[in-house]
Amino acid sequence: MRYRTGQRVRVDSRTHQGHHRTPGYLKGKTGTIERVHASFPNPETCAYGADGSPKQPLYLVGFAQRDVWPGYSGRGADRLYADVFEHWLEDAE
Amino acid sequence: MTGHDHEHEHAHTPIASGDEPAAAARVRALEELLVEKGAIRVEDVRQRIDWLVSRSPADGARLVARAWIDPEFKERLLADARSAALELGLDPGPSPVVVALENTATVHHLVVCTLCSCYPKALLGPPPDWYKSLPYRSRAVSDPRGVLAEFGVALADDVELRVVDSTADIRYLVIPRRPAGTEALDEEELSALVTRDSMIGVAHASRVETMSPPAYPPFSS
Amino acid sequence: MDPAVHDRGGWPIDAPIDRSEHELADWELLADALVGALLRRRLMNVDELRRGIESMPPEDYEHASYYERWLHSMETILTEKGVLEPGEVDRRLAT
Repeated sequence: MRYRTGQRVRVDSRTHQGHHRTPGYLKGKTGTIERVHASFPNPETCAYGADGSPKQPLYLVGFAQRDVWPGYSGRGADRLYADVFEHWLEDAE
Repeated sequence: MTGHDHEHEHAHTPIASGDEPAAAARVRALEELLVEKGAIRVEDVRQRIDWLVSRSPADGARLVARAWIDPEFKERLLADARSAALELGLDPGPSPVVVALENTATVHHLVVCTLCSCYPKALLGPPPDWYKSLPYRSRAVSDPRGVLAEFGVALADDVELRVVDSTADIRYLVIPRRPAGTEALDEEELSALVTRDSMIGVAHASRVETMSPPAYPPFSS
Repeated sequence: MDPAVHDRGGWPIDAPIDRSEHELADWELLADALVGALLRRRLMNVDELRRGIESMPPEDYEHASYYERWLHSMETILTEKGVLEPGEVDRRLAT
C-alpha cells in the first residue's frame, strides 16, 4: 500500500483504450485517500482472460465536488467518492 | 424453441408489456447451446435464478433496523458490513468488501455506479431500472442535488452530500437516518420503514405516520 | 477525445430519470443466471463481461436494455474463446 488515509493524491489523466475502472470525469483530479480497502485482481488484465496478478491496492478517494465539476451547482461542502486503484494514483502532497 | 417466429420483429426494442424482445429467444437459444456443449449445468442456472428471486431489500432493512437499536452492532456494521450481515445470518453476496455508510443530521450519502451497475444485490435484491439508467448514471455524480430533487428529497444547505461512485469491487449500502417518533417501535416494525431507495440514498426512511406500501413490487418468481 | 460509451459520469443528459418499476422478466433472470453459471465454471469473469458490454457499438449500447447488453457480451466473449462458433446462436434460432 503506497498511500495512507488522509494523503493527497491525483488521479492519472492518461488515456487507456482497454477495459479499466477509472471514470473519465475523475482523471487529472486531486483528492484525498479516505479508506484503504484491500488489494484486488487487476481488472485491466482480468478483462482479457488473465488472472489479474499482481493484485492492485484499491482506495476510496474523496474529492471536493467543486474540484471535479467547475460549475458545480450544489453546496460547497459536497463531496464525491470513488474507488481508484493504486496504479491510477500519483502523490499530490 | 419458442418464440423464434417473432425474432425479426422486435430487435433492440424495449420490453413491451405482454410481449418479449428478440433477446428473449436469443437468451434461451444460448442456454440450450451452452448446456448441450456441457459448458454449463442446468442446475447451476436454476440455482442462480432461485437465488436471484430470493433476494430483496428486506435483508438490508434488517441490518439497518438492528443498527438503529443496537449502537454496538452499528459500529460493527460500519467497520465491516460483510461480517455484520453474516452475524445476522444474511448473505452478503460475493463481493469481498461491503461498506455501510451512515446518514446523519449533517451528512447524506448517495450511491451510483457510473460505469455499469454495481449494487449490493445480495442485500437489496436486483437494482431498480432507474439505477442502471443513463440519466441516473450521468447526473448522480455531477448534479446530485438535482437528482435528489427528482426523487422528492430536498437536503438542507448545511447537509454535506457525499456521492459514492462504486467503480470497482466494493459494494455500498446506505444506513438512512432513523425517523423521529419511532422510539416505541420494535426491530421488525423499524425494518418496515427502511425502503430500498433509502438504502441507495435517494430517499429517507419512511415516517411512521405516512407509512405506505414499499416502493418496490413484491418479488415473485 | 470522446469518452467511452459506458463511462457515463457527468454526461450532459437532460432526460428525466424514469422511476417506473419493472419486475425482471423470465428471460432477464435467465440471462443473469447464465452469466452466474459461466462465472462458476470460470468460462468468463466479471471484467470480461464488462469488457464485452463496453465493446458494443455506441448506437447499440444506447438503445439496448440492460440484459440485452449482457447477452451481447456473453456472445462476444464466448465466441472469442471458441466456446461458441461464430453465428452459432443465429443458426440455432433459424432452426
